[in-house]
Amino acid sequence: MTDTPVHPPIIVGAGPAGVRTAETLVAAGLRPLVIDEAARWGGQIYRQPPEGFHRPKRALYGFEAGKADALHRAMAGILPAVDYRPRSLVWNIESGALDVTPNDGLKGGRSETVPFSHLILAPGATDRVLPFPGWTTPGVFTLGGSQVALKFQGCAVGSRVLFLGTGPLLYLVAYQYAKAGATVAGVLDTSGFADHARAVPGMLRDPGTFAKGVYYVGWLRAHGVPVHSGVRPVRVEGDGRVEALVWRRNGAEQRTVCDAVAFGLGLRPETQLADLAGCRFRFDAMDRAWVPERSAAGRTSVAGVYVAGDGAGIAGADAAEMAGERAALALLEDLGRPVDSARATLLEQKLAASARFRRALTDAFPFPADWAASVPDDTPVCRCEEVSAGTLRKAARDGEAAEINRLKALTRVGMGRCQGRMCGAASAELLAQALGTGPDAVGRLRSQPPVKPLPFSAGILDEEKAS
Amino acid sequence: MTARFEMERLEADVAIVGGGIVGGSAALFLTRMGFKVALLERDWCGAKASGVNYGGVRRQGRPPEQLPLSQRSHAIWGRLPELVGIDGEYVRSGHLKLARNEADLASLVAYNKKVETFGLGLEIIAGEAFRARYPALGDRAVGGSLCPEDGHANPRLVSPAFARAAAKAGAVVREQTAVDHVERTGNGFLLRCTSVGGDALEVRSRILLNCSGAWSGRLAESFGEPVPLSSAHPCMAVTEPLPRFLDVNIGVEGGGVYGRQVERGNVVVGGGRGFALDADRARPARNAVLTLMGEAVDLFPQLRHAHVIRTWTGVEGYTPDRNPIIGPSATTPGLFHAFGFSGAGFQIGPAVGEALAELVRDGHSSAPLDTFSITRFAKADPALSVAAPAGH
Amino acid sequence: MPLLQRVAEKSRRAVPFVLDGRPCEALEGDTILTALLTNGEQLRRSEFSGQPRAGFCLMGACQDCWVRLEDGRRLRACSNFIEPGMHVVTGAQP
Repeated sequence: MTDTPVHPPIIVGAGPAGVRTAETLVAAGLRPLVIDEAARWGGQIYRQPPEGFHRPKRALYGFEAGKADALHRAMAGILPAVDYRPRSLVWNIESGALDVTPNDGLKGGRSETVPFSHLILAPGATDRVLPFPGWTTPGVFTLGGSQVALKFQGCAVGSRVLFLGTGPLLYLVAYQYAKAGATVAGVLDTSGFADHARAVPGMLRDPGTFAKGVYYVGWLRAHGVPVHSGVRPVRVEGDGRVEALVWRRNGAEQRTVCDAVAFGLGLRPETQLADLAGCRFRFDAMDRAWVPERSAAGRTSVAGVYVAGDGAGIAGADAAEMAGERAALALLEDLGRPVDSARATLLEQKLAASARFRRALTDAFPFPADWAASVPDDTPVCRCEEVSAGTLRKAARDGEAAEINRLKALTRVGMGRCQGRMCGAASAELLAQALGTGPDAVGRLRSQPPVKPLPFSAGILDEEKAS
Repeated sequence: MTARFEMERLEADVAIVGGGIVGGSAALFLTRMGFKVALLERDWCGAKASGVNYGGVRRQGRPPEQLPLSQRSHAIWGRLPELVGIDGEYVRSGHLKLARNEADLASLVAYNKKVETFGLGLEIIAGEAFRARYPALGDRAVGGSLCPEDGHANPRLVSPAFARAAAKAGAVVREQTAVDHVERTGNGFLLRCTSVGGDALEVRSRILLNCSGAWSGRLAESFGEPVPLSSAHPCMAVTEPLPRFLDVNIGVEGGGVYGRQVERGNVVVGGGRGFALDADRARPARNAVLTLMGEAVDLFPQLRHAHVIRTWTGVEGYTPDRNPIIGPSATTPGLFHAFGFSGAGFQIGPAVGEALAELVRDGHSSAPLDTFSITRFAKADPALSVAAPAGH
Repeated sequence: MPLLQRVAEKSRRAVPFVLDGRPCEALEGDTILTALLTNGEQLRRSEFSGQPRAGFCLMGACQDCWVRLEDGRRLRACSNFIEPGMHVVTGAQP
């Protein structure tokens, strides 16, 4: 017996996971609703430039151009068979329905309540960042943001850009900048050479990806770009904009002149919607973050709610495509529809293999766990509310806050416009460090609607409700 | 189970269940009087309704029977830094209750008259004078009643500060510690508690204060005095920081939206109800939030281009007559209740704590509390007065 | 010198707009962030410290790039596009 759902399945996010989910559901004869904040599909990694831009995909996505193109075409091909709502923000989930507003500040507009029976959350990830002195100076951008500027707008974030942080994206974006003709002042990797060497055997599980990484580093070095590992930032210099970055390696301080810093320490999953949907969470040691519990198929603890892609835990774009397809199959199974179980099994096997590779990547580009201890007290941790590291440490030290939501209540960290997206990881690390424990032991920042700022134009008046 | 947990025993003169602003201030005043106090809080002190309410510090609009306590609290708020060590962002901004039509203005005038002996300093402002004084409120109201010395504060900071000050003064404060079982013993009470970590705690005390907010009904009922207490979840929302346009705490006669702007520029608005996720947690309801936003922007056109960055609610205990229960138990000597503040406990809380301390020390309080007796519900509904065995 | 440097896609049609009272030019398809930072060095000032900010994540997550139009509307600069004749203001709000 097959069920026809009362409501169309809803997919939140139109990146690699969301598009493959939609494609699989369409192939099974369903007409999903796809809601995405962006104006065009592709997610962050395969983000498409606005209409009227001309660069070929090879220039935008490099080695991944084929995958980007395939994903873009897949969505274009199913457009007539889906309800696609770009530039739309899901700001709340409550009692089996989503609340959606236009993600267009000029138009604004009312909030619409959209009920669901089956929901696949594929909201993706953003850069994970930790604070350092001067990190709010104009000219310091996230790595992902620096890539967006180039891919989406044809711009470099500065005329001499220094790349700082860790993870495969660090070398990729530096390479893309250099290829685009921007001046790369250097690549400063917070992970050490020993980390990289130790991870080689695991990385060879995916020789293609490994080879690309080696290629980027080699290319950068060959083109005279200074590449250093084992680096910690000391401070950004410059009044009102970046003039240089002072950094430390093996105890010695160095200074690199630059007018922009592209900065990221891997990625952090977007999990607010899963939280509002009531999903149970677990602490993931590899991501050093709380992620929704999920089965290998992508089912969460809430019946009818599925997660796929980096929003369910960082796994990368290839895995996101597979996880999206697998979650769609799970949804179809749950509707009692026939699915290709061999395909489902294959996807799970590939996802498991991908997770092993991902573990090696984490070994190669480890989270700088010592960072929290070294952030000076006067450094702002929360960019929105400008709460300093010292304020957080004091609340922890005085015994006022032994848990992250308590820290938020007492210091305002995570209470601002971004709702903890940029400071959540850092404040958990700082609190854990001050208490002499791990980030898994200080609790999880509770999500509160709206997940992003909600314009008052979304509000309603009683007279209107009555009419 | 083979796991072995620590068992700790504590002796105190007074055990207080609930570390909100009432329990916290009772702990502070009692400790200052020289009593040995154990304050037990299941969550964190001041993390429930005391810490997540709107933050109005307001006497205006309270029924006359609450005003003696409210006036005492007003004096306590005036020395907040000396008492709890922080200013808690408390400002005497004034509280302006708006009348959106002549009938509402008439009822504000009537209230003014009814409470004039209490010395709140209320001032009715209407017509041209109103528009001249509050140009930002434009034509949204025909007038209002101003209580110049009322104001607002940050409940997230103020409420935990009472328990913290009590601890500093020598009270034993145990957070993350649930009281599982309470019984009357020969000359006092025995409380069995469990910490979140699984450790057991036994507290013996001569006196027991029930200050556990929306969860107080269970304890009262276990001593044979059930109360018709219900939970509700007032909705709150806050904007991004905005240029200052509102220097007074605003309410509206007849209910609806209320709003205040904090020093940092954020505007806090409240109105409508959230829903319960379970017995302990609640969330703002979408319709309440959207209606609140519509009403707020109607009242404050300055919000037209602003955004709500966060919404929240809490779990608050309400009584049928919207007056709290404060005073001695009718069934159990040594037991005192203080709960059911029905959404208006923040301002009055510190004076309630002080009154409880006086009750413990003197057997009576200098503030009139008769109206708030728990027995009023027993009289109203005999079915509720059926005695239950203590500490089942 | 402007913060952002154009390295590609420079042949789009020009879009005139006004930045803090100064006539400026962006290109069709520019976000407000791109339009402002190819013409200047900042987007806003922190409401608390008064320090300049110029965005951070460029993908709608960090909320660091809110700007105002002269008519009072508030926009996230990285996720809204420049339009002809837009009047954008970046200074601290009076």
